[in-house]
Amino acid sequence: MSKFTVNGKAQSFDGDPETPLLWYLRDIAGMTGTKFGCGRALCGACTVHVDGTAVRSCQVQVGDIDGQAVITIEGLSADGMHPVQRAWRELNVAQCGYCQTGQIMQAVSLLKDTPKPTDQQILDAMSGNICRCGTYPRIRDAIKRASGRA
Amino acid sequence: MTNTTEVANVARRSVLLGLAAGTFVLSVRLSPPAVAQEKKYGGDAMPGGLKDDPRLFLSIADDGTVSLLCIRAEMGQGIRTSFGMVVADELEAELGRVKVLQAPGDQARFGNQDTDGSRSMRHHFEPLRRIAAAARQMLEQEAAARWGVPLTEVKAENHGIVHAGSGRRLDFGALAKGAAARPVPARDTLVFKGVSQFRYIGKDNVPLIDNLDITTGKAVFGIDARVDGMAYAVVARPPVFGGKVKSFDAAKAMKVPGVLKVVAIEPPTPPVVFQPLGGVAVIAENTFAAIKGRSQLDTQWDDGPNASYDSVQYRKTLEAAAAKPGKVVRNDGDVDAALAGAAKRVSAEYYLPHLAQAPMEPPSATARVTNGACEVWCSVQNSEAVRTDLSKRFNVPIDKVTVHNLLLGGGFGRKSKPDFASEAAICSHAMGGRPVKLTFTREDDLQHSFFHTVSVERLEAGLDGDGKAVAWLHRTAAPTIAAIFAPGANHEAPFELAMGAVDTPFAIPNLRVENPEAAAHTRVGWFRSVSNIPHAFAIQSFVAELAASLGRDPKDYLLELIGPPRLIDAAAMSDAWLYGEDPKRYPFDTGRLRQVVEKAASEAGWGRKLSQGRGLGIAAHRSFVSYTAVVAEVAVGPKGELTIPRVDIAFDCGAVVNPDRVRSQLEGAVVQGISLATLGEISFKNGRVEQANFDGYELTRIDGAPPEIRTHLVNTTAFDKPLGGAGEPGVPPVAPALANAIFAASGKRIRSLPIRDQLAGKA
Ligand code: FES
Ligand code: FES
Repeated sequence: MSKFTVNGKAQSFDGDPETPLLWYLRDIAGMTGTKFGCGRALCGACTVHVDGTAVRSCQVQVGDIDGQAVITIEGLSADGMHPVQRAWRELNVAQCGYCQTGQIMQAVSLLKDTPKPTDQQILDAMSGNICRCGTYPRIRDAIKRASGRA
Repeated sequence: MTNTTEVANVARRSVLLGLAAGTFVLSVRLSPPAVAQEKKYGGDAMPGGLKDDPRLFLSIADDGTVSLLCIRAEMGQGIRTSFGMVVADELEAELGRVKVLQAPGDQARFGNQDTDGSRSMRHHFEPLRRIAAAARQMLEQEAAARWGVPLTEVKAENHGIVHAGSGRRLDFGALAKGAAARPVPARDTLVFKGVSQFRYIGKDNVPLIDNLDITTGKAVFGIDARVDGMAYAVVARPPVFGGKVKSFDAAKAMKVPGVLKVVAIEPPTPPVVFQPLGGVAVIAENTFAAIKGRSQLDTQWDDGPNASYDSVQYRKTLEAAAAKPGKVVRNDGDVDAALAGAAKRVSAEYYLPHLAQAPMEPPSATARVTNGACEVWCSVQNSEAVRTDLSKRFNVPIDKVTVHNLLLGGGFGRKSKPDFASEAAICSHAMGGRPVKLTFTREDDLQHSFFHTVSVERLEAGLDGDGKAVAWLHRTAAPTIAAIFAPGANHEAPFELAMGAVDTPFAIPNLRVENPEAAAHTRVGWFRSVSNIPHAFAIQSFVAELAASLGRDPKDYLLELIGPPRLIDAAAMSDAWLYGEDPKRYPFDTGRLRQVVEKAASEAGWGRKLSQGRGLGIAAHRSFVSYTAVVAEVAVGPKGELTIPRVDIAFDCGAVVNPDRVRSQLEGAVVQGISLATLGEISFKNGRVEQANFDGYELTRIDGAPPEIRTHLVNTTAFDKPLGGAGEPGVPPVAPALANAIFAASGKRIRSLPIRDQLAGKA
């Protein structure tokens, strides 16, 4: 039995402890804002925060997060008004939007650690997140815009 | 399901022009049936045609909320927002009070829904305006009747109808019920807004309608469908195209916790078209259990006729084919004589490998197949293809197949093939009607795509003593998409040849295009921009090679080849397709091609002094009846490190409805073009794809994207001319512009993609 919280709500899971957090969130908890892109830590679509750190939820086994706090895109802000979410909308960053929840979770984590990132720091922090639609220039600009406010 | 319930709720709440079931019986035929022998073009020629009855697409609730049923798939092109803009504008509604809902699949009712070929705005701009103008006029008539004033004294304004004389105003919501009872105005009585009156059309930076949902994780993509009681499945497919299951043992898989069932899926009967590949499905209580179960399957495969497909060998086959004459598909003048008499002959050969579309949302669908009905929740470009397949497969009438269209996490051509929806339905059927969500893992996606073709393009030119091109010979050898419909097809189809091979606009009197045979050994399908990619890469690289051989400026030489501004008829280029459009409305306008070349060049500062190791390259191409030119700036470091500091892209798709989304499509096209040019390759060995995930099939990441992508839109207000496509035309010129820039920077000519480490060791 693994007990943890997701966006502040207590969860317990006694299924296969090897179940990745990604599939727990999507299939079992029914929270589909966290996306599947590769299952191998290669794309960042599944990024969530565990105890405040951005992680690839496809690589985290539910059996290993006992006692930990998970924040997903659904819990990032009550009303979608986190500065990063706002910047994303102001610049119409998304195309299909599929990668963007992972991008946003990664960007939030970057700005928490590095409130005023340089261009190079943005590239370094964001290069694990693929966007097949090619929204990268706007992602970079949105991070800069949010960094002025976060 | 958010989407479905929403449509149902709107149907209940709304009073005007109804979305409610049964309204179709009211629908009127607005256009007379076409005369049989009259050839149709554009949207009218698509299966299902175009519909413009407002009652099919619009409803207005008592509170004035306008609901628009969007019949095109949203896959990142922003079509939901753009359609909303057109309708809000022509209706005089406030965009903020317009809800855009995704129509379920129903081509007989809604007209064509196949979201493909950069056609949505090109085909639907005018019908959408007719829909909105008709509804506006019904509201105006209702207001005039209520107030007892002449129709000429009322007008629509800011989501209401106003009477100038008395200052009276009624909101759309208050008029909706009465307006709904009025007849739909005939097409020839519709009055449209003037371009100068547009509030939304052509305006920049309109916020995306789905922005809040996307940034908060509430947006529902196909893979996010949740249906009560559903199970989850993955399929082990034959690793070789054309192979099948010899035998399998499910015992170990069934022991994995959560696995419910293991079932065989029959191999497709030829022609394969869009059918699933067959294999073994593992159905479980969640996706992870299904994946884990699949890893425990013990399956023996019969690899079939493509067991020895090997890309390295096949490249040699294509090169040999391109070395010899092939089927002549365009023939102007006398190329052989002109080549023989040329002062100088230049030739070169270009290679592009297979590619996978790799949308970030892998193919996924949820289906429920019960008692003579099928219901599917999915993200597909063509829901009618799902309905047709399931109707046949389960022998149910097509109106018993319901397809709920959810957002696509990217499509790029992959999701115009509904094999994954069929697999989901097969699994649900095997589960006795329990809903099943089928998901492709990334490995499944990359290994069982409908791959972009592989191609060898051979070009030869004859130049006279002044360097003027007098002869042009292009051989294009590539397996055709047609082979999935007609096994053994080994020539490019007319639509593939008309993607930049035969429709070369150069002012060269002797010009021949040949298409040698090339057999398909895998599933070849549509990839954003399709055959334009190899054709443009070869032609636009070759133009720069010719310029270099003459010591001429590549931009000037490109313009010289394009020749003076003129209109070229498709037939004059042996172009039998022209993207399905009317040749009279869409002649090849070399003036527009010249204009984007000049625009890109001037914006990029063509000719400016660059430091050592830097270079500019240019390329231009018409595709999807739009014109694009790209200038890439690259830096090649001492060890061959390639960086791309800046790309300028000039684009003319005619009038622009949503400039921000056209720009975003171009930005994305530049990144995708760079991705395929620098990294993209799917290779085969023993019939099997060698790449499995994003480590083997690499995509451009943020650190490989140009820090500056500058988009330049031209002729954006030409609303009197037919529209061009916007989703795909950005891609084709990117790779050759990059290759040409690399040549300018380093002297190294790239003729084979991807570039990957070809520059290593170059100074
Ligand atoms: S799905 Fe986890 S990194 Fe791609
Ligand atoms: S917006 Fe489509 S994958 Fe990033």
